[in-house]
Amino acid sequence: MVTSAQSQVAETPNVRWEQRKRKLLPYGYLSPTLILLAALTIVPIVTVFLYSLVDNVIVNPNPPEFVGLDNYEEVLTHRKFRGALSNTIYFSLVSVVAHFFIGLSFALMLNSRLLGANVKAVFRVIYILPWVFTASIIAILWRLLLNPHGVVNFVLLELGLVEELQEFLSDRRLALNAVTFINIWSGYPFYLVSFLAGLQGIPDDLYEAGRVDGGNAWQLFLNITLPQLKPIIISLALLDFIWTIHQFTLIWMTTGGGPMRSTEVLSTYTYKAAFSSHEYSIASTIAMVILGICTFVAIFYVRSQRMVDE
Amino acid sequence: MIGSRRQILARKILLWIALILGACFAALPVLWMVSSSFKSNLKIFAYPPALIDESFSFDAYLAVLGDPGQLRFFFNSYLVAILVTICTVVTSIMAGYAFSRYDFRFKKILNLVIIGVQSVPPITLMIPYFGLIVWLGIYNSYAALVLTYMVFTLSYAIIMMTGYFNTLPRDLDEAVMIDGGGSFVTLWRILVPISLPGIVAVGVYTFMLAWNEFLFALTLTRTNDMRTVPIGIHLLMGQHSFEWNQMLALSVLGSLPVLILFLLFQRYFIAGMSAGSIKG
Repeated sequence: MVTSAQSQVAETPNVRWEQRKRKLLPYGYLSPTLILLAALTIVPIVTVFLYSLVDNVIVNPNPPEFVGLDNYEEVLTHRKFRGALSNTIYFSLVSVVAHFFIGLSFALMLNSRLLGANVKAVFRVIYILPWVFTASIIAILWRLLLNPHGVVNFVLLELGLVEELQEFLSDRRLALNAVTFINIWSGYPFYLVSFLAGLQGIPDDLYEAGRVDGGNAWQLFLNITLPQLKPIIISLALLDFIWTIHQFTLIWMTTGGGPMRSTEVLSTYTYKAAFSSHEYSIASTIAMVILGICTFVAIFYVRSQRMVDE
Repeated sequence: MIGSRRQILARKILLWIALILGACFAALPVLWMVSSSFKSNLKIFAYPPALIDESFSFDAYLAVLGDPGQLRFFFNSYLVAILVTICTVVTSIMAGYAFSRYDFRFKKILNLVIIGVQSVPPITLMIPYFGLIVWLGIYNSYAALVLTYMVFTLSYAIIMMTGYFNTLPRDLDEAVMIDGGGSFVTLWRILVPISLPGIVAVGVYTFMLAWNEFLFALTLTRTNDMRTVPIGIHLLMGQHSFEWNQMLALSVLGSLPVLILFLLFQRYFIAGMSAGSIKG
């Protein structure tokens, strides 16, 4: 960025110093960020990568031994890893799809012209409510509701939808769907808020033009609303997918990965390998695999982001 | 296009039914949590369940508020969240200013790194992190939590701040610069005051994240006098007798700060999000 005032001034040492200063200034502004990220992100990632190539790291009396990619082979072919991987993918995909549909439906309802501003404001707060609770509180809340003697079982029993009390969180057949449902409940408001902001950004002229062309509500939605929201949808879904892949707290505090590993996801599997079994090399390897999956998705996310104008 | 009055009425009724069903999905679980926190522990799973029963009392709240150990969790959570918010806001303002107003050699790559950091799974950092924090001599301290949370709040905050600064005309700061004001003066005297909505959005977002964090709060602290509310709830869960009403009371109290912040600043927050990372 060269201003006209600058180019007119002759090249005196003072000006050169000014120019140099101007070149270095942005790095000065960025230095706290860069130091922090280098120390607490780059260093740990490099370390965990090195751990994954070595056996006997951290708490092991034997000297560390370089084993190359052996840990990866061991992890990737292990039955427990495959189980955790498929649980993670199921949990994440179902969550993202459900978040999208619930978030979009609620946003469309709150954006309807048939509602007054006050009604919208009240329902907006109600719909966003699940968002204000932290994962450990959401875990408590749903353990209360889904308890065999809890209120969900009571309602289902009264309605005749189940014949006996269900152990939602400790039944192998139900637990994964139960934690997925909890995650859906807790995560859709992020979409709702983003879609609300996005819907308000769609110019009314587009809809006017669409109506003049004789489009009905459904056609307007398909041809105007969805394409206009597309960039938001893509970045939301990718970001949510990344976040859900490494969801830890919610699962840790509801089922702990059980029963019989039926809700074991990659992050709980890593945590157990590291802090229960003290197999740090294996845990580091799984951690690298999670990082790999997230990075793969993140490439698409970064591409969908255009923070710096080109 | 404009249907008959009957059609509009029918649509309105359908919309209201959907709205109320949605509200039940969102709010009934929360309502049940709040009502259960007023029950006695024996009545939590009473059959048939009642929203309010004869055991209604504030006992669980009094028990939580009368316990210095539990109050300490709140103090820690406030202290850490406020420190993280201040540090993140200041750091992200500086970084956002650099990205918005300067061209420099590694701009694109640094930008990519900062966006990319959002996708680093916390569990990946976890294993070496413990050793690193011990090596830095800040294990079991506020500093460990504050620095760690900044890693997770900064990138989103920077993206939001850059987005916000980008919406402000450059003429503004260039005029000040030509008048002889340095870039530092321009930033803090001119840009920051008019960026308040963006800054509030970043602040609220950061506070929420810091207030809610669990994994690192659990791993990087050892003694109860350093632990935060989410860990306090976890500790109550771990005890052999489940004090449901106390856990729920602690959960309700622990959610209030975020709820209040959100209600106060929701307008800024939603606007800030649309200016931030969710921009296509």
